[in-house]
Amino acid sequence: MQSSVIEMIYTHRFEVIEQWKNEMITIQENEFTKSSPQRVLTHINQEFADLIIGTLEMDEEEGRQHLRSFSERLIHSGWPLSYFTKGLQQFRRVLLSLMTTDNTIPSSKVFETFQETENWIDSIVNQMVDEYTGSWEHTLEIQKLALQELSAPLIPVFEHISVMPLIGTIDTERAKLIMENLLEGIIEHRSQVVLIDITGVPVVDTMVAHHIIQAAEAVRLVGAECILVGIRPEIAQTIVNLGIDLGKFPTKSTLRKGIESGLERTNRQIVNL
Amino acid sequence: MSVQSNVEVHSEWGIVSARQAGRNLAKELGFAGVDQARITTAISELARNIYLYAEKGEIVLEGIEGKEAGGAKRGLKIVAKDQGPGIKSIREVMEDGYTTSGGLGAGLPGVKRLMDEFDIDSVAGEGTEITTIKWLR
Ligand SMILES: Nc1ncnc2c1ncn2[C@@H]1O[C@H](COP(=O)(O)OP(=O)(O)OP(=O)(O)O)[C@@H](O)[C@H]1O
Ligand SMILES: [Mg+2]
Repeated sequence: MQSSVIEMIYTHRFEVIEQWKNEMITIQENEFTKSSPQRVLTHINQEFADLIIGTLEMDEEEGRQHLRSFSERLIHSGWPLSYFTKGLQQFRRVLLSLMTTDNTIPSSKVFETFQETENWIDSIVNQMVDEYTGSWEHTLEIQKLALQELSAPLIPVFEHISVMPLIGTIDTERAKLIMENLLEGIIEHRSQVVLIDITGVPVVDTMVAHHIIQAAEAVRLVGAECILVGIRPEIAQTIVNLGIDLGKFPTKSTLRKGIESGLERTNRQIVNL
Repeated sequence: MSVQSNVEVHSEWGIVSARQAGRNLAKELGFAGVDQARITTAISELARNIYLYAEKGEIVLEGIEGKEAGGAKRGLKIVAKDQGPGIKSIREVMEDGYTTSGGLGAGLPGVKRLMDEFDIDSVAGEGTEITTIKWLR
C-alpha cells in the first residue's frame, strides 16, 4: 500500500476507530453478541480495530499470523463470522467517508486510494472467511468420523457371538460401512454367529434388503453365520409385498431369541441356576 | 381437498424427505401402521428409481377422494415424475427380477403390490411419470 494512504489512515486512526465502534453498536443485535457482556464486546472491538490498523505496518506473513491467532480464538469461543464480516464492511465505510472528506488526498489519487483500501479490507475479510470455513470443515470431518464409528458398530456380546444393531436410515454410504465393519469385526472377534438387528431401521426397501442379503452372503463366505433379528410385523409384511425372499436366512423376532439361537449354534445355552 | 406436497429428489436426502412427507400424510389421513409402512416403502422405491435412473425428479403427494359402491372413499396418491431416459418396455420392468442396475429388480412390481392402483406413463428419451394410489379402508 502507498505510504501516503497508510499515513492518512494512521493519523486519523483514533477518530476512525471511535466512529467504527459507534457503528458497531448497531450490529450487536445478533443473538450471540447480545448475550455477551458489554465489557467483552468492547474489548473484542478494541482488539479487532487495533489488529486491522496493525496489519498496515506488519509484513504480509506477520499480518496473516496475527489474524489467524485472533480468528482461532474467536472461532473457539463461538463468535459468529458475520459479526466480523459486517464489522469489516463497516470499517471500510468509515474509512471511505473519511477519505472523501479529507482534502489532504489529491483528487488525482482518490480513485487509487479507494482501490487500495478496498483491497486491504478484502484481504482481511477473505482470510477470516478462510479461517472460519477451514475450521468448519475440520469439525465436519471429525463429526463424520464419529458418525461412521457409530453407524454400524459390531459388538461382541459372547465368545463367538456378535451383534450389529442398526438404528436409523440406511443410505449407500452406510450400507458400505455395514459390510466392511461386519467382515472386519468377524475376523477381529473370531465370531461364528452375527446378529443383525434391524429394529431401529425405519424403512426396509429393496435397496436395504439387497444390502442385507449381500452382507449375509459375504458373512457366510468368511465362515460365519448371520441371523436377522428385529423384523417388526409391518416390515415383515412390506418385505413380503415387495416379493423379497428372505427364506434362505435364519430370522428371529427379537434380539433375545437371536442370541439364544446363536448360543445353540455354538453348542451353548443359558441355564437358570 | 387437502393440499398436495412436492418433494424434489436429486440426492439420497431427497429420498428420505419424500418418505418422511409420505409417512406424515398417511398418518394424517388415518392409515394404520402397516399401510403407513407400505406407503413409505413405495415412495422409497419410486424416489430411489428417480435418483438412480433419472438423476432428478419429484414426488408429489396428495390426499384424494374417490367413489365406490357405498359412497366416497379417501386415499393417498403418489406421483413420481422425472425427465430421465424413460422406460422402453413397461412389460419388462414390471417383471420380478428385471433390473439394469444389479439390484433385486423388485421395486416396481413391489410398489404395484404394496399399493391399490398403479400406472406407468413413460416415453423413451423424455421421462417417466408413475401414479399410484392407496385407498383407506
Ligand atoms: N424412473 C425411471 N426412469 C428410467 N428407468 C427406470 C425408472 N424406474 C425404473 N427404471 C428401470 O426399470 C428397472 C426396474 O426397476 P425396479 O425398481 O423394479 O428394479 P431396480 O431398481 O433395478 O432394483 P430394486 O428396485 O429392486 O433395487 C430398473 O432397473 C430401470 O432400468
Ligand atoms: Mg428400484
